[in-house]
Amino acid sequence: MTKRIEISGLNAYYGANKAVEDISMTIEPRTVTAFIGPSGCGKSTFIRTLNRMHELIPGARVEGRVQLDGQDLYGPEVDPVAVRRTIGMVFQRPNPFPTMSIYDNVAAGLKLNGVKKKSDLDAVVERSLRGANLWNEVKDRLGKPGSGLSGGQQQRLCIARAIAVEPQVLLMDEPCSALDPISTLAIEDLIALLKERYTIVIVTHNMQQAARVSDRTAFFNLAGPGQPGRLVEIGDTEKIFSAPEVEATADYIAGRFG
Amino acid sequence: MSTSITPESRGDAKRDSGRRRGRSDKTGHGTDAKLPKPAKTQVRLGDRVFLGSSRGAGILLLVIMAAIAVFLVVEALDALGKNDGNFLTDSTWVTDGAKPAFGVAGLVGGTVISAAIAMLIAVPVAVGVALFITHYAPRRVAQTLGYIVDLLAAVPSVVFGLWGLVFLSPKLIGLHTWLSDYLGWIPIFDKDDAGATARTLFTCGIILAIMVLPIIAAVTREVFLQVPRAHEEAALALGATRWEMIRTAVLPFGKPGIISASMLGLGRALGETIAVAMVLSSSQELVFKFLDPGGNTIAANIANQFGESNELGRGALIASGLVLFFLTLLVNGAARVVINRHKEFSGANA
Repeated sequence: MTKRIEISGLNAYYGANKAVEDISMTIEPRTVTAFIGPSGCGKSTFIRTLNRMHELIPGARVEGRVQLDGQDLYGPEVDPVAVRRTIGMVFQRPNPFPTMSIYDNVAAGLKLNGVKKKSDLDAVVERSLRGANLWNEVKDRLGKPGSGLSGGQQQRLCIARAIAVEPQVLLMDEPCSALDPISTLAIEDLIALLKERYTIVIVTHNMQQAARVSDRTAFFNLAGPGQPGRLVEIGDTEKIFSAPEVEATADYIAGRFG
Repeated sequence: MSTSITPESRGDAKRDSGRRRGRSDKTGHGTDAKLPKPAKTQVRLGDRVFLGSSRGAGILLLVIMAAIAVFLVVEALDALGKNDGNFLTDSTWVTDGAKPAFGVAGLVGGTVISAAIAMLIAVPVAVGVALFITHYAPRRVAQTLGYIVDLLAAVPSVVFGLWGLVFLSPKLIGLHTWLSDYLGWIPIFDKDDAGATARTLFTCGIILAIMVLPIIAAVTREVFLQVPRAHEEAALALGATRWEMIRTAVLPFGKPGIISASMLGLGRALGETIAVAMVLSSSQELVFKFLDPGGNTIAANIANQFGESNELGRGALIASGLVLFFLTLLVNGAARVVINRHKEFSGANA
């Protein structure tokens, strides 16, 4: 159920402004790929092109190819809604639906897919919450609002919501940036578990986090102010952190800029 | 006290004078000069004038309110005491002669029915307009449409009344016949009078709907704009279509706002006077069959009767006005209860 993503020659624009330029890479199934780089280098923009969330912003568009096991996500007959059902996403700030209970939050995606039977929903809600390491904390208050949970719990609820629809890929856009260190650790443990079943792409500003959770790391940078972001290099995390091929990568990792 | 804000570097004389002033205020602790004393700020002229005038305005408002309330209640009670009929259950309106008998049953019925029709039409359309403006229309179209909706709110009600009487109601005769032909098996859609007039509670309801539409649309539009982008994206990332996203994220979040907006509209629909008075071919009895001419509303009845009323009649009308006031209060209270019932799911604590 996990799939390989191949990106070639991808450019992303906001109106006339080019945000990322000419990105090509392959993301292997059942791996965690981390995107690192200074602010404004287009990591978040790029990750949002992978499930066609980028184009939701007025004026935004994408050139190039993103293939999921050979199928072009930007093909003319591809429905972006179907793409987003296949490729799940977790956002920077935990965003459970405030008007829904914990249960309904997890079930939201299934209900969109037309699952109505209570017993089916119950099973998936429990499985997803267990999968997100949250079940034991919330099993007695599934009917309570999701917004009453702590930030870390909310983020795990969002992960449960994302995996409830059994996506093939899970995109995480700085999932821990709004969380305290303990919650961050809980999410990182969860990522290690999830990678057995999903292809995971994670944007992070935390270098240690990238080193801890990812198998492969991609370093993004921009040539200068106002220039589009580019992929500098991608490789096994160990190698990127110990012996990167490009000097800028080494400088960034060592904290000499950015 | 001024010592607390006087820097130490200033002269002793100044500090002394400050301390002396403090003592005369009976608040100074005199001897302990090292600690800053609890500040009692010197009241400046501007503050005093502002305090006085704003307090005065507040008191004036209360006095006016009390005067109005006392006047209304006294007049109303006076008239109610002379009433020979039952004020709440009767539908007659005889306020002269030896045996005056008047009651608001018919008026309350007409008010509620016309307002209900208005809400049934206006709320869905207004929510649709607001959704279109905020989530579907291209920016230019949305802006233009927004202006037009606001403009609709600026049309005086007497103009709506004229338009409804001269233009709209003749055009609605066909609709009346059609509705009673196909839905006549439902008692309230039945039509006894085959006559060729559409000056009915139904037509009034439609005109009221047009009148309250811009208020509801404008408020709901603002509420929909408040929906956090993060929640919309959460729904979209789950693979929701635009309509599913609106159903999952926008409408639940906006629900309290939609209810509040509807209450604003309902308030206007219940109290609208001149348009109803012009359009409706009124009668005093309690009319449920809103496709027939007849019935009346509290506000329109006041407008129609007031000029020719004697003192008792005026008191009776004032009493009916108080009923309208309590009706509005009741509806608003009910809406509050609905909004508060799901408070923890309101999204306000997100």
